Amino acid sequence: MRVKTGHIAIALVCVVLGIMLSMQFKIIKSGGAVTIQRIEDLTAQIKALEKERNDLREEVKSLETKINQFELSASQTNTAIEIMKKDLENAKLLAGLTDVEGPGIIVTLNDSKRSIKPGEDPNLFLIHDDDLLKVLNELRAAGAEAISLNEQRIVSTTEIRCVGPTINVNSIRFAPPYVFKAIGNPDNLEAALKLRGGVIDTLEYWGIEVSIKKADRIVIPKYTGSLKFEYAKPVIEGASR
Amino acid sequence: MLPLLGFLIGIILGLIIPYNIPPVYSPYMSVAILAALDSVFGGIRSTMEHKFDTMIFITGFFGNALLAAGLAYIGDRLGVPIYLAAIFTFGSRLFQNFAYIRRYALEYIKKSNK
Repeated sequence: MRVKTGHIAIALVCVVLGIMLSMQFKIIKSGGAVTIQRIEDLTAQIKALEKERNDLREEVKSLETKINQFELSASQTNTAIEIMKKDLENAKLLAGLTDVEGPGIIVTLNDSKRSIKPGEDPNLFLIHDDDLLKVLNELRAAGAEAISLNEQRIVSTTEIRCVGPTINVNSIRFAPPYVFKAIGNPDNLEAALKLRGGVIDTLEYWGIEVSIKKADRIVIPKYTGSLKFEYAKPVIEGASR
Repeated sequence: MLPLLGFLIGIILGLIIPYNIPPVYSPYMSVAILAALDSVFGGIRSTMEHKFDTMIFITGFFGNALLAAGLAYIGDRLGVPIYLAAIFTFGSRLFQNFAYIRRYALEYIKKSNK
């Protein structure tokens, strides 16, 4: 009889144990707490995906050269296509889809090497996305026709954004130094940046190292990502509504 | 058989209950589960030794689980991994209990074969 009550007690406790176990299972299944193992897994995944992305980019490049070859061979046969090709090239130039060269300036920005006094915010001595955006804005305002940041062409969809200690440009991570290349009137561009109280003045106040170099010939690479509009559609003028 | 049945019922109940424990408490929960598991094995062993006492068993089960979870919680607050102590004790005891259970079960089978 004694053994019997024992069994019932153990059974009851087992019910509780079962509830606890299944609850724990549910936690783990729903993602649970982030363990170091999971962090490592995710890091590995990111690395694998980045590699895949790079491979795909290579593929895009090779396919693009193929398209160019087709365009070339097609244009040799038809003058109408020739005209269209010129239009296309013009559009590509404006959209940043071709390598361009010309006179301009090279601006190099690096984090401050000044030793930080106690009580000072070290963040103020680092380059942030808004610093780069200010420089970019100034270059554009001064009439730069093509701009690249660390060899990434700035196009209409380009983002410049802090991600942890690095900055993303065209979804590619960069660490200092940041090198702007801009094609335009070199004197105008330099003057715009060096304006008294302007962007360079502010940056140098925080000890951020800025160097500006004028050059007669700068090559700016084309945008290598894919430009695809999913939502925006052109409005056809004169079409009935 | 009865304990196994209870265990299954518990798992099903736990899966049916819509309430979820927040993931933050998951480490405490796992230590409590270990303590509970140890108690169950201890209970089975004492039944085989004919020394089973319901009160000792029930208080041991809940007491151990709560103490283990509580220690883990305090350890977290203090930054000392006290939960390791619970894992070591309960873990080693679990294997010990299982060893005894195995021996008793084997003896029982031997006897019944003769």
